[in-house]
Amino acid sequence: MIGTLSHYSGRSALALGVFYLLLATPIARDWLEASMSRHMLVQMPLLVVIGIIAARLVPGRMQDSLLIRLGGAWPCVIAALFASSYWMLPRALDAALTDPWAEAAKFLSLPFLVGFPLVLAWRRLTLIGRGFVWTNFFSMLAVLGWLYIVAPVRVCNSYLVNDQENAGWYMVIASVLLFFWWLGTLLVGGGVGPDKPDQSGSGRTFA
Amino acid sequence: MSLAKRSVLISALVTSLGTWVFWWGTDGFTAFTAETARRVEILRSPRALPDVTLEDQNGKIFHLKDYQGKLLAVDFIFTRCTTLCRSMGMIFKQIRDLIPEESLGRDFALLSISFDPEHDAPANLKKYGEAYGADGEIWRIARVRNKAELQSLLDAFGIIVIPDQFGGFEHNTALHLVGRDGRLRLISDIDKAVPFAEQVVALL
Repeated sequence: MIGTLSHYSGRSALALGVFYLLLATPIARDWLEASMSRHMLVQMPLLVVIGIIAARLVPGRMQDSLLIRLGGAWPCVIAALFASSYWMLPRALDAALTDPWAEAAKFLSLPFLVGFPLVLAWRRLTLIGRGFVWTNFFSMLAVLGWLYIVAPVRVCNSYLVNDQENAGWYMVIASVLLFFWWLGTLLVGGGVGPDKPDQSGSGRTFA
Repeated sequence: MSLAKRSVLISALVTSLGTWVFWWGTDGFTAFTAETARRVEILRSPRALPDVTLEDQNGKIFHLKDYQGKLLAVDFIFTRCTTLCRSMGMIFKQIRDLIPEESLGRDFALLSISFDPEHDAPANLKKYGEAYGADGEIWRIARVRNKAELQSLLDAFGIIVIPDQFGGFEHNTALHLVGRDGRLRLISDIDKAVPFAEQVVALL
């Protein structure tokens, strides 16, 4: 399947595109953005997942050449870190609800600056690199969740204060569960996370 | 250029770009919430307000523009509120009492605006006002009857009202000061009543 999109991945790409557009419809947006928990823990992860699947549909050789052009794994990881942390700012959440440009930026940046580059980089990351990405993500999620739980004020003007507390608890729980899952893969699968070890690549590391 | 060098270079580029976006998106790492951002922006450039038509606790119709030439403290309430608006009433009373008497009404006025016009008929506004000693002249309690006008007013102030599960509302609560030119020029935390009053006195 290297080189061209197979029939199978062509159909997957179409399905993915349709799903992306569905998420962007006003009905889906209204429902998913009506609560802070759904906004942060359903809609935004789904957008990242769309980027992840999109990148996996790209043939391996094209992924490699793209990664070289982007300067290797670390620029991709750094872009993903910045973009994902930006959308954790309470202000960014509010802006996505009140400013159509911010909403568009969210819909573009989460798939294409978080999910997509992470997949490109992932196969070239060492175990330590992957560990860095994971632990950074867990701690960010846990700290932010804890902040939302203990915050004496409403941090988002668009969400109820108990919604904020719920979202905080979900984030803490998610980070703990994800951490133990990742720990499990370390013990059982060698810490590769959700991805299989590099099989298609040439075995070189780019960064 | 070797790949390693390119990698370092592009990483540095991405890092500076990302930092710039954060700096830009948080007003220089100062405003991480929309509420702070609203306050910072008002301080930087006082905002013009729409001239909405209001109805006060006596059913008297007036306009926001009628207050031009005076300093005006504004807060947003709904009279069924059992939590923050109650303390808002006490805080507004405290501010009024901190302003020199000769300026009250002449150079400074207070206005509590209800964003729940359906429920807050003049009778309810009057009850709310009386509970905090609002005289109905220097300090009026009013509603904006026209929904579109109300929304434009809330938008201009940056107030977001969302229904809660108890049939009431949650909203961002603050003290607002409208200048003599009719522009919103200051937004303060509700626990900053004394500094707010000092600011007003300094402007009198």
